[in-house]
Amino acid sequence: MNILIWTGVFLIGGAGSVLRFLVDGAVAARRGRDFPYGTLVVNISGAVVLGFLTGLALGKHEALLAGTAAVGSYTTFSTWMFETERLAEERAVTPAVLNVVVSLILGVAAAAAGRAVGDLL
Amino acid sequence: MRLDRRELLAIFAGGAVGTLARAGLTYAFPHAATAWPWPTFTVNLVAAFLLGLFVTRLQERLPPSSYRRPLLGTGICGGLSTFSTMQVEILLMLDAHAWGLAAGYTIASVAGGYAAVYAATALTRRVRAWA
Repeated sequence: MNILIWTGVFLIGGAGSVLRFLVDGAVAARRGRDFPYGTLVVNISGAVVLGFLTGLALGKHEALLAGTAAVGSYTTFSTWMFETERLAEERAVTPAVLNVVVSLILGVAAAAAGRAVGDLL
Repeated sequence: MRLDRRELLAIFAGGAVGTLARAGLTYAFPHAATAWPWPTFTVNLVAAFLLGLFVTRLQERLPPSSYRRPLLGTGICGGLSTFSTMQVEILLMLDAHAWGLAAGYTIASVAGGYAAVYAATALTRRVRAWA
């Protein structure tokens, strides 16, 4: 494990975060901010890709750069929880519960689907 | 969508730092698929708490700033936390028929993450009342 790999993690993590911001903004511009569709799209698409990478069974360094750094930084747990808490705070309890349940069901399903494709390759 | 290059740079910088911290922890503490994923669990709860703190403070206390939320919230907290890794970890637990672990990890993450945002928000608002 050398400095080059960690520099890669650093730069890729920055890029993944910017991509998350852009995708979230693009989705919110179309669907509005009543429900956090942007974060949902980011997280589910990221779960598909990470599932796919898991299916490919990459080497340690490749998995660190592509999985942990790129996809890990692209998806977000903190914003998902923050938006859920703010929905509940505004008494939008049903959307808050849906945001948790739908994300979890689609998230695991997306990871499984991505991995099934990765396993084939 | 209008893009602000300095805002994107702030997100990039924060995201790079957050990701490096998470990746370092993940690398330092590897775990079996059927063991509790402490690295992911820890960074997710810490990031949720920090995001609650930052956003509440920035939205309700400090004068408007264009680059604090992108740097601290979208960047650092977003890069530090991860949803995709958590989902793959749950998938691997289900594969191993570790149902209790999968359920426990999912519930503890969501309940803990929610509680972290709630607590950070309440704390920040209380501190504001003193000032």
